[in-house]
Amino acid sequence: MTRDHDLLDYLLRLADSDLVLAQRLGAWIGHGPVLEEDIASANVGLDLLGQARLWFAYAGEVEARFAKRGRSEDELAFLRESSQYRNVLLVEQPNGDYAHTMTRQFFFDAFHELLLDILSRSRDACIAEIAAKGAKEVRYHVERSSGWVIRLGDGTDESRRRMQAACDALWMYAGEMFEPDETGHALAVEGIGCDAQALAPAWRERVGGVMAEATLTVPVSDWAQTGSKRGVHTEHLSRLLAEMQVLPRTFAGAQW
Amino acid sequence: MSAGNPRSILPRPAPPASAVAGPKTPRAASISALAEIWNLLGGIPDPEIPVISIVELGIVRDVAYEGSTLVVSVTPTYSGCPATAVIAGDIAATLNEAGYTDHRMRTQLAPAWSTDWIEPAARERLRLYGIAPPGERVGTQRVNVSGLRRHAPPRAIACPRCGSLRTREISAFGSTPCKAQHRCDDCLEPFDYFKPI
Repeated sequence: MTRDHDLLDYLLRLADSDLVLAQRLGAWIGHGPVLEEDIASANVGLDLLGQARLWFAYAGEVEARFAKRGRSEDELAFLRESSQYRNVLLVEQPNGDYAHTMTRQFFFDAFHELLLDILSRSRDACIAEIAAKGAKEVRYHVERSSGWVIRLGDGTDESRRRMQAACDALWMYAGEMFEPDETGHALAVEGIGCDAQALAPAWRERVGGVMAEATLTVPVSDWAQTGSKRGVHTEHLSRLLAEMQVLPRTFAGAQW
Repeated sequence: MSAGNPRSILPRPAPPASAVAGPKTPRAASISALAEIWNLLGGIPDPEIPVISIVELGIVRDVAYEGSTLVVSVTPTYSGCPATAVIAGDIAATLNEAGYTDHRMRTQLAPAWSTDWIEPAARERLRLYGIAPPGERVGTQRVNVSGLRRHAPPRAIACPRCGSLRTREISAFGSTPCKAQHRCDDCLEPFDYFKPI
């Protein structure tokens, strides 16, 4: 593994998490509980899709440094199997009810903001620029999702019950975002990437604060389901990709 | 996602100074020639908010010659803003029409776009159009997640119709990535707020 192989893998993690969550959020369009939330989901998804495109474009350039050619954004998004995807397990979890969607969003947003903050100071200028741009957008994302966690958690008996159920169900996937690994560590040492493990204390503090205000109980178990860094995903990703990729796989090279 | 060249949306490093404004291009030496191009670009309306131009919006970052090629540097407002592609097409069409055929667009990501770059005259036109102009930016400090908005003093955003400060946010996300939805408690009208970023 050369440094550029590592970098490509790392960029795909960033791109894939954005893309998969954008795809999940897109499924709410036309089905949101109120019109404003419908629009908000679409907007957050659009921001994430835009960020994914920037990461994919850079990933293609990095790949071209050691391969015959670098893949295009579309090839990276539409022509890889789930085992080649590197998104965190959390974002591929199904939308479920709004409590699940918003808890998943909040867990990811709180992580994403910390991550982009570090990456905006990367020694790799391209990473730093993409991260700095995305960080501004993610500030609005986390404000919205944390607000909903509190409103729904500290809401009615029914909304609180559903929020607690969502937190309990998704907690086991949150820990994976901070799973240490060689690639991440090597790039962090070079000042290019971020050591995800180092973000865990700040994440726990912020998530804990919001959950306390939402009258929700933070699950006690620290056990985390892992696998995405090796391409081992939950069954949900394959189904998501099947739907997302069906057109370009059926009609190769189709244009609008 | 477009099937285009992935390089097209990436920031490009600026060329060495010697490559810019070379002697081969008579236009390059002339400041007034560049001013003319700025004028042309200043006539291109934002496709989603046509009362302000793309120059007033602050997304045209630079105009310069590289050899004989006119390079227009543009920064996106939001990473996923769908208007970006339309704007690129509008710039190309405007330049072609004015006789500038050798040109290209460069996407510039840094520094990231800010609503602070919207000019004062454009802010007033936004207001007359019914969009409350952007207020002060939160800055670069982190959002106080656990402090949260129900404890925070409401941001005083004047209703663009009646001027009342008794307004409230309905949603931080609106009809385009750059706008939020607000409502006036006096005239009871909903309105768009150009949210600061």
